[in-house]
Amino acid sequence: MQTQLSNPYESASNLMQPAAIRIRGLTKRFAKDGAPALDAVGLEVPQGSIHGVLGVSGAGKSTLLRCIAFLEKPDAGEIVVVGQDWSRLSTVDLRRQRGKMGIVFQQLHLLSSRTVATNVALPLELHGAKREFINARVAELLDWFGLADKAKEYPAQLSGGQRQRVALARALATSPSVLLADEPTSALDPETRASVLRTLSSIRDQLSVTILMITHDLYSAGAICDAITVLDAGRVVETGSARALLADPAADATRRLLAGSDSAYPLHSGRTHGSANAQRELLVEL
Amino acid sequence: MTTLAEFTPSLIEATLQTLTMVGVALLFCAVFGLAIGSCLALTSPQGIAPSRVIHQCLAAFANISRSIPFLILIVLLLPLTRFLVGTSIGTAAAIVPLVIGATPYAARLVEAALLDVDPGLMQAIVTLGASPWQAVRKAYLPEAVPGLIRAFTVLAITMINFSAMAGAVGGGGLGDLAIRYGYQRFRLDVLALCCIVLIVLVQIIQFTGNHLARSLDRR
Repeated sequence: MQTQLSNPYESASNLMQPAAIRIRGLTKRFAKDGAPALDAVGLEVPQGSIHGVLGVSGAGKSTLLRCIAFLEKPDAGEIVVVGQDWSRLSTVDLRRQRGKMGIVFQQLHLLSSRTVATNVALPLELHGAKREFINARVAELLDWFGLADKAKEYPAQLSGGQRQRVALARALATSPSVLLADEPTSALDPETRASVLRTLSSIRDQLSVTILMITHDLYSAGAICDAITVLDAGRVVETGSARALLADPAADATRRLLAGSDSAYPLHSGRTHGSANAQRELLVEL
Repeated sequence: MTTLAEFTPSLIEATLQTLTMVGVALLFCAVFGLAIGSCLALTSPQGIAPSRVIHQCLAAFANISRSIPFLILIVLLLPLTRFLVGTSIGTAAAIVPLVIGATPYAARLVEAALLDVDPGLMQAIVTLGASPWQAVRKAYLPEAVPGLIRAFTVLAITMINFSAMAGAVGGGGLGDLAIRYGYQRFRLDVLALCCIVLIVLVQIIQFTGNHLARSLDRR
C-alpha cells in the first residue's frame, strides 16, 4: 500500500493521462570540471496535475526552471512539453511554441511602462494576434482574475497580490496548457499567499492548466500539489505524492526540509484527478 | 565702438544657429544612436542576443570616432560634408560633423540606459515569445524611456559644447560669436553675454529633461 501511495504516476497512467511535461536525464554543468548543477534529473508531470519541485537554495531549482523555460541549454537530456521535445527545436520554432507554456517568475517581471491591460496583452502582441482578439481575450482574463477595475493602472500602483495576478494573467494570455510557477508564494504575507494558492488551484481546476511549481515553501507545496519532487545537490532524491512524501519522507534531504520549515503544512487528502473537492475545502480553510 | 544693445540681432541670430545645429543634429543622433545603442545592448554579454563579433565591431566604431577631437573631425569630414550638403561651410555643413561626432556618444548612452533595464525582465520577455527585435521595440525601449530622456539631455548639452567649434567651418552659433568678438576683438562684454545665453539654454534643457523623465517614469 505504501509503495502504491508513493507513486503518484500510477493512478495517472491508469487513467491514460499523458504527461504534460516529461524530463529525462537532464544534465547541466556550468563549469567543465565542477559538480553538475543538474545531474540526470527526471520528472513527469501528468496533465491536469499540480507538481511541486522542492529543495533548499542551491539544490538546482533555479537551473531546472531556466532549463524548462529554455533560457539555458541543457548539456544532456530531453524536455518534452505537450508531446514535443522543445530542446531540439530551432530558435524560431521554439519562439512559436512558447505560447503553449506560461511562466510566472519570482520577480514577476511586469513591464513598469505598461498598464495592467497592456501587460496582459503583450504575449498576444508578440505572437501576432489581431487587435480585436487581443482586446476580447484581455478583458476575459482581467475579469477572471478580478482585475477588471485595474485595467488602466500601472503595476507600481498595485498591491503584491494584484501584481501576482497580473503576472498570472499575462502568463495565461496565450491559453497555454502548462504553467511554470517560480516561487509563486515567496515573500508574500500569509493572507496573500493563501489567495495566490487558491488562484493557482482554480487555474488548474477551471482552466485545465497543468502547473509545475518550483518552491522552497513546504506549506504551499503541501497545500496544492498532487505530487512533489525533491531536489538536492542537482539530483532528484525523492518523488512521490505530496501526502505520502510529506508525511513519511524517505530521503534525508526531504527530512531536513521538513525539519527546517517553521510553518505547519496542510497535508492534502491525496485525491485523484477529477475530484477537487477535498482540495477546495482545504483552500477554503486557508 | 558698438554698444552691447547693437549686438542683439547678432545674438539672436547666433542663438537660433546654435539651436538649429543642435536640434537637427540631435534628431539624427537620436535615430542612429538608438539603432547602434540597441545593437550594442542586445549583443553585449549581458544582452539577450550575445554576439562577440558584432559587439566588438560596434564598440570599436564608437571608440574610434570618440577618440578624435571634434575640431579635427570637422576637418577630416570636409569631403563627406561637401558630398552630403553640397557645401563645406555654413550652419548646415556644421551639422554633419556634429552628427558623426556625437552619434558614438549617443550610442554609448543608449546602451547604458538599456542595460539599466533588469536583465531578468528581458529574459522574461523572451520566454513570452519575443524575437530580439520585438524585445527591443516592446520592452527594452519603452522600459528605458526615462533613462533615454536623461541620456539625450546629457547629449544635447554636450552638443551645445561641440557646436561652439562649428565656427571653424562658418557654422555660426553662440560659440562662434563669443570667439570672434569676445576673444579676437577683445569684447569681453559680448563674450559674457554669449556665456549667459548658453548657461540659460543648458539650464532650460536640463530642467525640461529632468521633468520629462520624471513624469514618464512609472516605476
